[in-house]
Amino acid sequence: MARTFDIRKQTGFTALAITCFAVLYMPIVLLVVYSFNAGSSIAIWEGFSFRWYATAWDNDQVQAATIRSLVIACCASGIATFAAVLAALATTRTKPWKGQTLAFAMVNQPLMVPEIVTAVALLIFFAMIKVSTGYTGLGYLILAHSAFCIPFAYLPVRARLQGMDLTLEQAASDLYATPFQIFRRITLPQLFPGILAGAMLAFVISLDDVVITEFVKSAGQDTLPTYMLGQLRRVVTPEINAISTVLLAISVVMVIAFFFLSRVRK
Amino acid sequence: MIEIEGVTKIYGEGKSAFHALDDVSVTIRENEFFTLLGPSGCGKTTLLRTIAGFVDPTRGAIRLAGKSLLESPPHKRPVNTVFQSYALFPHMTVAQNIAFGLEMQGKPRVEVKETVARMLELVRMTPMADRQTGQISGGQQQRVALARALAPRPEVLLLDEPLSALDFKLRKDMQLELKRLQAETGITFIFVTHDQEEALTMSDRIAVMNAGRIRQIGSPREIYDQPAERFVADFIGDTNFVEIELLETEGETAGIRLPSGRETRARSGAEARPGKATLAVRPEHARLVPPEEALMAGTLAEIVYFGTDTHYHVALDSGARFVIRQQNAPHHRQTHATGDRVGVSFAPGVGQVLRD
Amino acid sequence: MADDLSPARAARERRSRLLLLTPAMIILLLAASGPLLIVLIYSFLTPGDYGGVVWKFSWDAWFSVVAERDFFTDELSFADAHLSIFWRSVKLSLMTTVAALIFGFPTAYFIATRPKRSRDFWMLLIMIPFWTNLLIRTFAIMELIRAEGTVNMLLLWTGIIDEPIQMLFTEFSIMLGMVYVYLPLMILPIYASMERLDFSLVEAAYDLYATRWRVLRRVIFPLVRPGVIAGSILVFIPCLGAYVTPRVLGGGKNLMLGNLIELQFGQGRNWPLGAALSLSLLAIVMVALIFYVRAVGRDGEKAHG
Repeated sequence: MARTFDIRKQTGFTALAITCFAVLYMPIVLLVVYSFNAGSSIAIWEGFSFRWYATAWDNDQVQAATIRSLVIACCASGIATFAAVLAALATTRTKPWKGQTLAFAMVNQPLMVPEIVTAVALLIFFAMIKVSTGYTGLGYLILAHSAFCIPFAYLPVRARLQGMDLTLEQAASDLYATPFQIFRRITLPQLFPGILAGAMLAFVISLDDVVITEFVKSAGQDTLPTYMLGQLRRVVTPEINAISTVLLAISVVMVIAFFFLSRVRK
Repeated sequence: MIEIEGVTKIYGEGKSAFHALDDVSVTIRENEFFTLLGPSGCGKTTLLRTIAGFVDPTRGAIRLAGKSLLESPPHKRPVNTVFQSYALFPHMTVAQNIAFGLEMQGKPRVEVKETVARMLELVRMTPMADRQTGQISGGQQQRVALARALAPRPEVLLLDEPLSALDFKLRKDMQLELKRLQAETGITFIFVTHDQEEALTMSDRIAVMNAGRIRQIGSPREIYDQPAERFVADFIGDTNFVEIELLETEGETAGIRLPSGRETRARSGAEARPGKATLAVRPEHARLVPPEEALMAGTLAEIVYFGTDTHYHVALDSGARFVIRQQNAPHHRQTHATGDRVGVSFAPGVGQVLRD
Repeated sequence: MADDLSPARAARERRSRLLLLTPAMIILLLAASGPLLIVLIYSFLTPGDYGGVVWKFSWDAWFSVVAERDFFTDELSFADAHLSIFWRSVKLSLMTTVAALIFGFPTAYFIATRPKRSRDFWMLLIMIPFWTNLLIRTFAIMELIRAEGTVNMLLLWTGIIDEPIQMLFTEFSIMLGMVYVYLPLMILPIYASMERLDFSLVEAAYDLYATRWRVLRRVIFPLVRPGVIAGSILVFIPCLGAYVTPRVLGGGKNLMLGNLIELQFGQGRNWPLGAALSLSLLAIVMVALIFYVRAVGRDGEKAHG
């Protein structure tokens, strides 16, 4: 029997795609593997051990940076999600209004302007404020992170809102629900998966940020990524691999959760 | 009783202004099954939404039992809507959906429970009470939407093309079900549809709408047998239009002259004036006869077999087409063939002279 | 809402909209849009001796983006150092974009032609690296290609080479790193348009005697063009402003624009020049974005007209 002609086939495409997946994962897999190396090299395998996880755990700097990273990510993703949900409610499902494009451009600015430019701008601006107020706390980092997290929290909420059936709210209104009751009983429950997805995205983005943090932080305010960036200048030990692996694990869990959340009852 | 008086809705301004509703006035009686019928874009849904409170009319008044509705937002109007898409809350069960309006009204929990149970029974959905709305069929969703809207006992129930998403068989069942529900609850139903058959079978009265205006209000029989104008005659059922000359009127009938020169009588409105006019004749009200006995003669152009009946398309000598519908009898043998000379005839008083 | 409302209701809606937007706008003004304006001001000031600025108007920063004055002869010439970095940034970004397209297009096609149920799984595989830390991914590449890294070890072991190849700290390593970190940005939009591709069109093309290559070139590619353009822009723009990848993989000598900008705020101590360079980078990005909007707009018109 003759083979059926496969209209979807394109010569070499599958090979390139497989290569692509391999290339995407191989470096990460190696990175994870060497985090369990018993030796102090990231190239020569000397047996399995949790030694570098223990080293990282005992490292005061790593501990401080971890706590700082988590504090910033929690605050920033919370603030960003709150602001983004409100902004999404204001900019979605309305008739076109004056300033809508401007509002949309502003919300998405962090996605368009190169991070290094924003970083430099914040360095200059916050330096001015630091001089005039004397405040040098984590507030600057939290504010900066909140700003660039907003579009990431905004987009899933907006997508959810756009996919939502307008008549549901009208039906509720028809059934004697006041505007506040409509929001609480109909809009919010429908929106919730989007809000959660947005908050998680914002959390991951904040946790991973290097460039803006590097420019905005005051002395002694290293987060995990900036700490790692600093360490790369020295001799690299699998300790970095161990920290990376933990961060990777957090991201992977979050992404998978995000992935399933954004598919809930659409 | 709902009084709608001079309701006008204009979208846009100046040259681009669009009259979605143009000076609509109608009084809907208590306990009536009232249908708004018209093609899409005729303003029937807009009118329904002004009653529900989702659209503010530009001008006009809407009163329920003598009290104006327009000042109240939707959630303070004692009317409920069955939406075209049903708009069931996807994050609630069937029972929770039905309870929603009652809860919003602040009814005591016991009463809510009782009413929900009663409503579930009324629409025969009791076994499905705890299902998610995504897990039930289209017909069942339809019933839940009905129960949800009826549960708060509104004074008026608005139905926005509620049957359009159902398949043919289910639609027939639901038509009867809706009639039954209306009779059992005694609530005024205002029903929007573009399906003329649906309107004819279900309604106490029908308002035919076009281009933002009500063209005719009447019982199904009046609308079908005595269409007031060409649009109504054309929109409801199939109609033959014949250009005629009106000779004189006498009460509700008029003497007319057909293009063939023959004269007969037809029904007409009291306001009809002598001169050129249009006569509407339903295909089933005309007969195929030998040419010499006919009011109008022509050639048989097409014979289309429909099972219950057969349609004969006659090319009249005047150039117009005329369709005759004759019921098929058992063992009936086709005696005509295309190309035959045939005649068209109808009884005096069967045709309707239309207003221009 | 879609429905037309009375003026009173419309006014209420306007007020609540303003209220809802306020928190986001305050944050963005303070930490995104506002500071950009200050950068603009700084680019016209005089550098201070130990970083910072002196509040004295000067064109010097903008001037020295493209030109330099010889210290001794006072002669004007092009600022080769800056211009070569601009050129390298654009060149590496373009090469990265092309390389990402070569790998990304077939990958998106591969995913789009999987059965519907497994497509989500493949997309998840693309999403995971995308949302993992950029620094970590760059670091992973660094470990792979360093002198005693896995690639060299493998090549030495198989006997293809006798001594390790210097891959790290070259332009190649920067490009490799950027392709690696930005590849998902290429695949996501191409896949999005590929998924909507109606394969009966492909059948029709085969029916009309097209070869595989021609089906790809004349039917599939034109239909997914908006996705290809979006993907290319999404890769090109972050490459232009890349900072972490060239810093880690370029080893300080193969600088790109991002690093040049940083230098002015660190050792260079020329904040106005850094500000002017930042705005130059922003300008290039904006040009790319305008090009994108136009290209997509044109495609959109074609699709609807």
